[in-house]
Amino acid sequence: MKLTLKIWRQANAGVKGKFVTYELDNVSEHMSFLEMLDVLNEKIISQKGDPVAFEHDCREGICGACGLVINGHPHGLNSGTTTCQLHMRFFKDGDIITIEPYRASAFPVLKDLAVSRDSFDRIIQAGGYVSVNTGQAQDGNAIPIEKDTALDAFDAAACIGCGACVAACPNASAMLFVSAKVAHLATVPQGKVEAKRRAQKMVAQMDEENFGFCSNIGACEAECPKEISVENIAILNREYLSSAFSAEEQAT
Amino acid sequence: MSIKLDSKVPAGSLGDKWTNYRSTMNLVAPNNKRRIEIIIVGTGLAGAAAAATLGELGYKVKVFTFHDSPRRAHSIAAQGGINAAKNYQNDGDSVYRLFYDTIKGGDYRSREANVHRLAEVSRNIIDQAVAQGVPFAREYGGLLANRSFGGVQVSRTFYARGQTGQQLLLGAYQALSRQVSLGTVELYNRHEMLDLVKVDGKARGIIARNLLNGKLERFAAHSVVIGSGGYGNVFYLSTNAMNCNATAAWRATRRGALMANPCFTQIHPTCIPVSGDYQSKLTLMSESLRNDGRVWVPKNQDDAKAIREGEKKGVDIPEGDRDYYLERRYPAFGNLVPRDVASRAAKVACDEGLGVAPTGLAVYLDFEAAIERYGKSKAISQNIDNPDAATIVKFGEEVIEEKYGNLFEMYEKITGEDPYKNPMKIYPAVHYTMGGLWVDYNLETNVPGLFSIGEANYSDHGANRLGASALMQGLADGYFVLPYTIGQFLSEEIRTPAFKTDLPEFENAEKDTQARIDQLMSVKGNQSVESFHRRLGKIMWDHCGMSRNAEGLKSAIKMIKELREEYYKDVFVPGEAGEFNPELEKALRVADFFELGEVMCYDALGREESCGGHFREEFKTPEGEALRDDENFTFVSAWEYKGWDEEPVEHKEQLVFENVELKTRSYK
Repeated sequence: MKLTLKIWRQANAGVKGKFVTYELDNVSEHMSFLEMLDVLNEKIISQKGDPVAFEHDCREGICGACGLVINGHPHGLNSGTTTCQLHMRFFKDGDIITIEPYRASAFPVLKDLAVSRDSFDRIIQAGGYVSVNTGQAQDGNAIPIEKDTALDAFDAAACIGCGACVAACPNASAMLFVSAKVAHLATVPQGKVEAKRRAQKMVAQMDEENFGFCSNIGACEAECPKEISVENIAILNREYLSSAFSAEEQAT
Repeated sequence: MSIKLDSKVPAGSLGDKWTNYRSTMNLVAPNNKRRIEIIIVGTGLAGAAAAATLGELGYKVKVFTFHDSPRRAHSIAAQGGINAAKNYQNDGDSVYRLFYDTIKGGDYRSREANVHRLAEVSRNIIDQAVAQGVPFAREYGGLLANRSFGGVQVSRTFYARGQTGQQLLLGAYQALSRQVSLGTVELYNRHEMLDLVKVDGKARGIIARNLLNGKLERFAAHSVVIGSGGYGNVFYLSTNAMNCNATAAWRATRRGALMANPCFTQIHPTCIPVSGDYQSKLTLMSESLRNDGRVWVPKNQDDAKAIREGEKKGVDIPEGDRDYYLERRYPAFGNLVPRDVASRAAKVACDEGLGVAPTGLAVYLDFEAAIERYGKSKAISQNIDNPDAATIVKFGEEVIEEKYGNLFEMYEKITGEDPYKNPMKIYPAVHYTMGGLWVDYNLETNVPGLFSIGEANYSDHGANRLGASALMQGLADGYFVLPYTIGQFLSEEIRTPAFKTDLPEFENAEKDTQARIDQLMSVKGNQSVESFHRRLGKIMWDHCGMSRNAEGLKSAIKMIKELREEYYKDVFVPGEAGEFNPELEKALRVADFFELGEVMCYDALGREESCGGHFREEFKTPEGEALRDDENFTFVSAWEYKGWDEEPVEHKEQLVFENVELKTRSYK
């Protein structure tokens, strides 16, 4: 098939970007979206041009590195699919495809379609862990965890940190990302102990990073490639609000 | 001159070595730990676990990743699980059995003491991960669930759906993040190690390129740890992530570290087959699928041809016309034979013209029998006495979905076919590299102060790694081995002041690195980096892949040299060196793949036997099974790189088996 690609080009965060149009022939329906971009880049390089920068790594939908806004949707229209797992069989000959980077002030553009998501790392560093050192653990079976509870924790923990939730949100809120970690760790007994403190610290860091507020729109869940539920946001709110009533850990 | 390779395996009986050694090794006091600096390269399971643990112990740690975040390391993509000798299933498992399975699975080409230690600490890993909140699969009673993996007859694999690597890496990443917030670990993301710096013969620092602005930066420490993963991307097409590379380990080799057993690469039997030449990466379907999936091809070539031409489907072939070749050839282990055996068997079937994809390179992995079995059993558990076929299929598919749902989904996304209704098509692909930097029992290379952990070292898997053992080894090295053994070196360094990066050694290493970059940037030729990488990969796959022979390896060495020369004459790297430039990153990595690829071929050529993943066509039994030569090849080959125009030099560490009798590895 033949495609028209309108791709955001921007040399770095300090300069203005613009859309540039590329025509691409002979796209196979079996290609993944990123393989299609590889072919485009090979073509650009053969003409001694500057290839389109985009982030990618595992190409199995698990590392969270890729994340393009395709026709207005982070990771494209298919539900539960990362950009690298989106295949060209979902497009047709003659399509015009718009490809942009995530747009959020907490995710500055590095070049073209690549953005910095360091803010996510700093949120995890603020409290997204269980405070246990290596060697301190008791036997893995010492605390039974009900099967469905473990699965609930897993569903929240399946977040790949790609940032699509932020890109999808009109407020550029990171609530789904933050809540997924808070909910994962609050659901298992090992993480429950410091759940309130964790919620406070992670929320404080989220605010510090200039992410927007959550207004319960739900676009994050709709666009999430791992289908992380907005129910996690309710869990985060519960942990955060109830921490206001605990003596030592006043919510600020 | 031959380098003496001292394994430093402690004395004593196998089961006591590690315990005794750990209790008597030198320690570094807390006041000294605060002054001692450690550089760790890589943030996968091994690197992140080591950085977190060494930070907890009080060392000053700097950790480097070329990714934007430690969580992107390719450990994240490991699917199936992690082994541990917990014997929770009461099926006769033990530390000794895990040790024995690993030694045997590795075809008797790994070091006994290292492997036994691995089996010992495997139990702690599960405990540690649970304490971090890793959501392992559980039974209804709330206890941890297990499943089986290839090459073993017990159920010792712990898992979190098909995303075990993700959950374990996030556990290590979170532990690392905690140390970053406590200030014990400094995290350098988007920094790629491009050279190792030695001062007075000891590893004392690295040169790293800041990938955002292209600047070279110098970092000094008392010790350097390389946990940068494997080199499977030498083959271009592999299940590794696109950015996986050998540069950190290879640059260490360029500075005198030895590369051990580089020809031991693992070809994984269950990957999604290649569909077109635009592909740059292959996708693994977890080995856990072989718990329930049955591998087969049609018995006759006409059926295979009809399938290839789209006239028939797998489901159209009646039971009697199918050859479940693993069950037939290896009745004791059936579909759960180790990876090297399963891969070669698939190749044999396809070479006989029985392949089932248009390319001729695919076999079936079929879940029909499992769906029926699980469906019936679920019907019984729901008190349905005579379930009809539709109910059985419905129930069976539910059970399969619960076990492997995400894998089935991924398969459907990539291929567009529904694996519940049609058997999966699979074919072997490069997956893991057992070879790596030579290390002693302390995980220290022959360069003092330079350590290597995880897939980057060669230590535990011999000539073939068993499924679910990579996660185990990465975390064992990072959490429970290196943090102790590095003290042996560092306890001698407490009087060594912090190093300054204005030493001539740093200046020279930076100059060398800059020269490599300038050289690549200045070629300004006509061919892309990618096109060279693809050609190198084809040479490696054709001649140093699933089966090898002397003639092919010799011609491969010649072809790689020629291709490398062409590279430095005609490669085109766009953009500038002093900016965010992914093409330049790739160009530097591919340059190192050429050199490593050549050494792999020398290693494969020198090893005149077949063992594990290394199958030399000249050395096989009449039935076509691998023929090992214990008399002449029970050693680790460790290669010293001598430069472009010289052959690499082989050094040998003889392997001593005091506890295990070397047997023909039979899964029949």
